[in-house]
Amino acid sequence: MSTTDLHVHNPVEDLLRQDRIPTIWCPGCGIGTSVNSFAHALLKQNIDLNKTAIVSGIGCSGRVSGYMNLDSFHTTHGRAIPFATGLKLANPELNVIVYSGDGDLAAIGGNHLIHAARRNMDILVVCINNMIYAMTGGQAAATTPSSSVSTTTPYGSYEPELNLVQLVDAAGACFVARWTAYHVMQLERTLEKALKKKGFRFIEVLSPCPTYYQRKNNMGDALQAMLDYKKRSKIQHGCPTWETALTPGGPIIVGEFVDREREDYLTRMRRQLGPHYSEFPPQLEEHVSEGCSKEC
Amino acid sequence: MHADPRCVLTGTHFINGDAACCEGALAAGARYAAGYPITPSTEIVERFAARAPEVGGLFIQMEDEIASSIAIQGMVWGGQKAFTVTSGPGFSLMMEHIGLAAMTETPVVFVDVQRGGPSTGLPTLPSQGDMMQARFGSHGDYAIIALSPNSPQECFDLTVKAFNLAEEFRVPVMFMMDECVGHMTEKVVIPPAEQIEIYPRRHTKKPPEEFGLYEPGPDLVPEMAHAGEGYKVYVTGLTHDRRGYPSLNPAAQKELVFRLFEKIRRAADRLVMVEADELDGADVVVVSYGITSRVALRAVQMARAKGIKVGTLRLICVWPFPEKLIRELAGKVKALVMPELNMGQVVIELERCAAGQCKVISVPHAGGTVHDPAEILAAIERGAR
Repeated sequence: MSTTDLHVHNPVEDLLRQDRIPTIWCPGCGIGTSVNSFAHALLKQNIDLNKTAIVSGIGCSGRVSGYMNLDSFHTTHGRAIPFATGLKLANPELNVIVYSGDGDLAAIGGNHLIHAARRNMDILVVCINNMIYAMTGGQAAATTPSSSVSTTTPYGSYEPELNLVQLVDAAGACFVARWTAYHVMQLERTLEKALKKKGFRFIEVLSPCPTYYQRKNNMGDALQAMLDYKKRSKIQHGCPTWETALTPGGPIIVGEFVDREREDYLTRMRRQLGPHYSEFPPQLEEHVSEGCSKEC
Repeated sequence: MHADPRCVLTGTHFINGDAACCEGALAAGARYAAGYPITPSTEIVERFAARAPEVGGLFIQMEDEIASSIAIQGMVWGGQKAFTVTSGPGFSLMMEHIGLAAMTETPVVFVDVQRGGPSTGLPTLPSQGDMMQARFGSHGDYAIIALSPNSPQECFDLTVKAFNLAEEFRVPVMFMMDECVGHMTEKVVIPPAEQIEIYPRRHTKKPPEEFGLYEPGPDLVPEMAHAGEGYKVYVTGLTHDRRGYPSLNPAAQKELVFRLFEKIRRAADRLVMVEADELDGADVVVVSYGITSRVALRAVQMARAKGIKVGTLRLICVWPFPEKLIRELAGKVKALVMPELNMGQVVIELERCAAGQCKVISVPHAGGTVHDPAEILAAIERGAR
């Protein structure tokens, strides 16, 4: 290394597909910030990265899976959770993480979110909530705060916003937390904790969308969003989730709200099946590539 | 490679087509299934739910058909063989994920026990109304393989074949049953495991640094690796390059879409599966598939009794279509007659391949029951004139 080479190895570099950088995310977006916390959490937890798969749906946050240097699955709009469910069932050794957006997980994928929490499927779901459909151009989402302007609610949204942490808590998630893109250290610690835990885990990360949400609603730039998060956030671990609604201009309750023990789907299945379940390795080891040279 | 004897219910059974399909899936090595209840397909996964735990597998009843159709793809990338089972309305919901499976080259099997439509239609009564949906239902351009059994025995044999073809071509295979075949009870002989050929997954032997998930082999089919094996696979429904990385430009789109087509088109002659009878010297040939082929046989017997020279051609593999065979046949006969339990779907392809060389007579049916052989006989008589 020459003395002029100032490159300092960033510990999370190996966790990202360097040949895919730069990302498509806008300046000021919180998705990348959350990915940084996630990467640090993976490193600190010393997770076997060869046994870690990341699944996402569509949209800005849906691109996270492709930037991570893990087994990456970029699926269809709203369907990351059922894909992850199949993946986990087929190979219970995998750490399966769903990383996607609010439009994806809460609206089109809302039913899957509820049922994965109810089943207590052993997956970690990180939901980036930027309160808007960003990649498609700023349409209203299920999480768009009431009265907000979006491209499909030009007179302000008439619909109340969905409280995701309350929803997954009610459905039976065993770990539920919320942070914002401002709370990078707290998010990292919560991710570490969630990575260790078994069962359905859900972390909501509020993220600014300066391009489509902030600007349309005269909320200033990304820095303003950060100042806003700082000012409005109240850390209340264990807060009942029905008290965590995100109201326009109201307090943002953040923290770890739910941490309960529930038998996860596969553990329960095996316990209940008892002797009816006979485990034997699948016969797929006889891997061949001869097929490829076969004449057609 | 042969079937795992622990999964094969070797013996002679008196079971229906749905049960035979379930046994076929188990024999083929599928231990995992996801599904959502819908008549008349449900018996397949009901049986699978009871059988799978015995062989270390499971059935998960998902919240809807959309979830089922992608959960099975997660199962495949997790290293298993998996399938889902549905009927027309559920099949419609699964369309987006048939496209995903085609695009990501995920070897899965979709079983559709067809019932009358459109919409909720006739839940407990037969139809063959999903044949074009099987071929063209998802958006964009892609190629699939579709098989159509006409007996419980074939529900077993061809289910095994469906899984083998899915693995061989890394393609979603549509298994197009119909209510009659699904609920028909007949003798089914399940051979010993060592007599059941299994096409093993095309898993790569290359180390991760040399491996490209979408690097085509000589037959244009790439090798696979699963999650958790250190390959860091990148699977996306976006247009992608040979590594699997998104590549949103017309050149990448052309390379990928042409290959998805070509890998099936190139093997089309080998994929043709038909059952032909008395084609030589025939004036009229009745072309059919699924349950309709059994009804057509009665009409053919009646026509022969009247001295008409009638041959039969049953399509076992409907997609890809036996294009070359039909072209040759159309040049020799006066007419091709095609009864279907729909308003005329596969007959469009028949007409295209016949290309005006002979008459093509569609015998449509709205579904709900099978044809009256007299309708088919009338069409044969018209064709013979």
